[in-house]
Amino acid sequence: MRGQDHPGMKRFRLSVAGALLGGMLVFACGAIYAQNAPQIVPRVTGAAAPMGDVRTPPLARPIVDDKRVMRNYPEQPPIIPHSIENYQLTLKTNRCLDCHRRQYTEGSGAPMISVTHFMDRDGQVLADVTPRRYFCTACHVQQTDARPLVPSTFKDMLLVGSGKK
Amino acid sequence: MSLSRRELLKAQAAAVAAAAAGMTVPAVAQPVAGGVGSLEIKWSKAPCRFCGTGCGVMVGVKEGKVVATHGDTLAEVNRGLNCIKGYFLSKIMYGGDRLTTPLLRKKGGVFDKSGELTPVSWDEAFDVMAARAKAVLKENGPTAIGMLGSGQWTAYEGYAATKLMRAGFRSNNLDPNARHCMASAAYAFMRTFGMDEPMGCYDDFEAADAFVLWGSNMAEMHPILWTRLTDRRLSHPHVKVAVLSTFTHRSSDLADIPIVFKPGTDLAILNYIANHIISTGRANQDFVKNHTAFVKGTVDIGYGLRPDHPLEVKAKGAATAGATQPIDFDAYAAFVKDYTLEKVSELTGVERGFLQELAELYADPKRKVMSLWTMGFNQHVRGVWANQLVYNLHLLTGKISEPGNSPFSLTGQPSACGTAREVGTFAHRLPADMTVTNPEHRKRTEEIWRVPHGIIPDKPGYHAVEQDRMLRDGKLNFYWIQVNNNLQAAPNSSRETYPGYRNPDNFIVVSDAYPTVTAMAADLVLPAAMWVEKEGMYGNAERRTHVWRQLVNAPGDARSDLWQMMEFSKRFTTDEVWPAQVLADNPNYRGRTLFDALFRNGMVDKFATTEIPVEYENSEAKAFGFYVQKGLFEEYAEFGRGHGHDLAPFDTYHEVRGLRWPVVNGKETKWRYREGLDPYVKPGKGIDFYGQPDGRARIIAVPYEPPAESPDKEYDIWLVTGRVLEHWHSGSMTMRVPELYKAFPGARVFMHAEDARSRGINQGAEVRVVSRRGEIRTRVDTKGRNRMPRGVVFVPWFDASQLINKATLDATDPISKQADFKKCAVKIILV
Repeated sequence: MRGQDHPGMKRFRLSVAGALLGGMLVFACGAIYAQNAPQIVPRVTGAAAPMGDVRTPPLARPIVDDKRVMRNYPEQPPIIPHSIENYQLTLKTNRCLDCHRRQYTEGSGAPMISVTHFMDRDGQVLADVTPRRYFCTACHVQQTDARPLVPSTFKDMLLVGSGKK
Repeated sequence: MSLSRRELLKAQAAAVAAAAAGMTVPAVAQPVAGGVGSLEIKWSKAPCRFCGTGCGVMVGVKEGKVVATHGDTLAEVNRGLNCIKGYFLSKIMYGGDRLTTPLLRKKGGVFDKSGELTPVSWDEAFDVMAARAKAVLKENGPTAIGMLGSGQWTAYEGYAATKLMRAGFRSNNLDPNARHCMASAAYAFMRTFGMDEPMGCYDDFEAADAFVLWGSNMAEMHPILWTRLTDRRLSHPHVKVAVLSTFTHRSSDLADIPIVFKPGTDLAILNYIANHIISTGRANQDFVKNHTAFVKGTVDIGYGLRPDHPLEVKAKGAATAGATQPIDFDAYAAFVKDYTLEKVSELTGVERGFLQELAELYADPKRKVMSLWTMGFNQHVRGVWANQLVYNLHLLTGKISEPGNSPFSLTGQPSACGTAREVGTFAHRLPADMTVTNPEHRKRTEEIWRVPHGIIPDKPGYHAVEQDRMLRDGKLNFYWIQVNNNLQAAPNSSRETYPGYRNPDNFIVVSDAYPTVTAMAADLVLPAAMWVEKEGMYGNAERRTHVWRQLVNAPGDARSDLWQMMEFSKRFTTDEVWPAQVLADNPNYRGRTLFDALFRNGMVDKFATTEIPVEYENSEAKAFGFYVQKGLFEEYAEFGRGHGHDLAPFDTYHEVRGLRWPVVNGKETKWRYREGLDPYVKPGKGIDFYGQPDGRARIIAVPYEPPAESPDKEYDIWLVTGRVLEHWHSGSMTMRVPELYKAFPGARVFMHAEDARSRGINQGAEVRVVSRRGEIRTRVDTKGRNRMPRGVVFVPWFDASQLINKATLDATDPISKQADFKKCAVKIILV
């Protein structure tokens, strides 16, 4: 079973500061975007010379810190916070379920697949994971350490209409 | 430790949320401040914005913002499921760089093609745009005006576009980006059945005993249909899945019969299966005798390149690529006899045992087969043939038009069927499968559109690839692009697409929600409302028509494509654009604006804004003073009612999760062409392919012909392009959703480890992918989800910094004019 790697305090403080700083930068950029002609962000707008050569950054690394990430809304499928390298997900075998299936969670410490994952197409609960939910990676994805290209102005449902502007 | 960890976690989460929202919030939990009212979310239905599956989603709105989405449990297509993209729909409209004002290239305060994109008012934008259009019309006539639309247009938008272009500006140079996507499928339907779109529906997934994927990676590109297929396969052990592809991918993981063939040789496999069916005596003689007719197609039909290309000059059949001649069963059987197991195994590189197992799925009369395909078939220089060859198999065995027996063409865009095909936005098409070359069809269309006879031009316009060529050549000078990112999507883009956009003779207008590569190369950028920022209607791959309400307002000055076209039409009068003779014969049309002639015609403006429930906004109704969408729908519905394309009453669609046409007597049609299932088949007929005058579907004899370009000594490896699960098309929406971006943050070249090693390349190294036409820099992935065979690489096209279409070839299927994005030759060089 994978180990639960709890990061130290220092890293947390740094990440809080990082998130705040990053957030402020992102917000400042957002204000610029909204007012003026678009900025060049090659991965989404193309390069300044669109047919030109663009250097490619190294492949981003998957985040495997085992830290749960808050969902954007309750219905969002949680992201995968650990490595899935060489996981087999085939007709014959499903490596994800080795930890996340109900009967294995006690040993693995992994979250159990949610109750919706036991329901068939007609909403009836089955004794085990429903075949229609068999391929986990259709909905659950890993995250890499790549930084978002443009800010998102999406607002959390608890912040929308909270009266605070 | 645990307490402080929790506090820190909360503080961090709150900080991130606050930063994103631009506000400060306390880091500790507080009770609900505003009572239960503050927790309430208004839920409304909509179809998903992405692929052609057409999943139903519930969209949650709070204070004018979409705050959540989830799969609609009442939607038959997906019954509560979404794929990862669908689950993040709530974020697609909130990229921080949304376009909120028109942008015009200006220098010294006036329009200048070499100037910078500068914010302007809608008035100034339309003034300059109309002046350019009028100048082009005057100098070069209607054929110098063109538009590239989309399978992501709402049906209303596509319908308004086809009216505006054909009856307004009198140009058939209107094509959708769906030309790159499923033109081959549409042509094959017309040639085989005389009617577009599948006879079956998604209910076939729960009834089939075998699934055969021909050039489709459903696990990534149609994940929700893949859940239905997976459900069937895993729940019923007798079910078999065959996956055919030029490389191994996630869909192969479910395959009982995984087949990797050499690019382009699928044609030979299809003819081998037909041979196997006939030579083992399993052709359904009754069905074949009563319901089919045999033809042979022209051969050596070329590759749809520019006419002076050596390959076109050499092709003997290029001029008559679409022609067919009648033959009989015996001639057909003799034709496919050449496709022996031995020969086809050698040509394709597929083991004989797999080919036999595959052929048996079709030949076994007790096994119901669903064939599924997407871009592997359609983006193929013989795409129309490939589509028709798979119909051959279903027709030879009679495995068609009943639950579980279903040749099924999947679509990649949410309204490729609804808007591009049914509404008729292809350069040669009119609504309800009619064509501009047929005088009867033009006449009927003019009547329903309430415009004078002789208005719709009779010559097909430029198709998408030809539009690029004509822009470059200076024959097409005013060009409006809506809801697509063609500079990223079109083949051979640095040679054939970009030069046309920057040609000083041309004026390029791009309507989009975001600054895409295409928008940034335009002369005028118009900010567009997207998805639930407007009322809309989509048609999915199983003939399902699905509508939604406007749920939120677009940001800033962004307006829907529908508003843009209608508002722009006010700036032209019939005297400026219609022939003098037509106006002399129809003086009551004199001096009217195109807006009056096309949209205030007594039908489109028939319905009052009061018909819209007060709880929903409708920006177009507010702007024009009538219920635009309903009026357009009712006029459009006239085309199909009684003609096999019947739609239900408009208001019904707002109640249900879509209905599959034809909807007759309030009932949708799941399977067409079979008595008892299709109301258009008369009692006693059994089967009737009524799209064809003789009621018979066509079985076609066509050979294997090689791709336009194959690897050689210098360009020594095949390039295949496509998509990945997390990003949709050019990534203009999904690359702006942080979670989707971070899941797959850039394109890469998937490559076999031995191919990399033999070139001295390691995993993750930066390389150039170089063709005779162009090149990109990218990173090598030898361990990723796509497992390549030797000699084939795959590059997805969603990444605007890696425009792989600079390298692809603008070869097209000569019949459908759809480009082949799956087969060209490149070399891989370490940077």
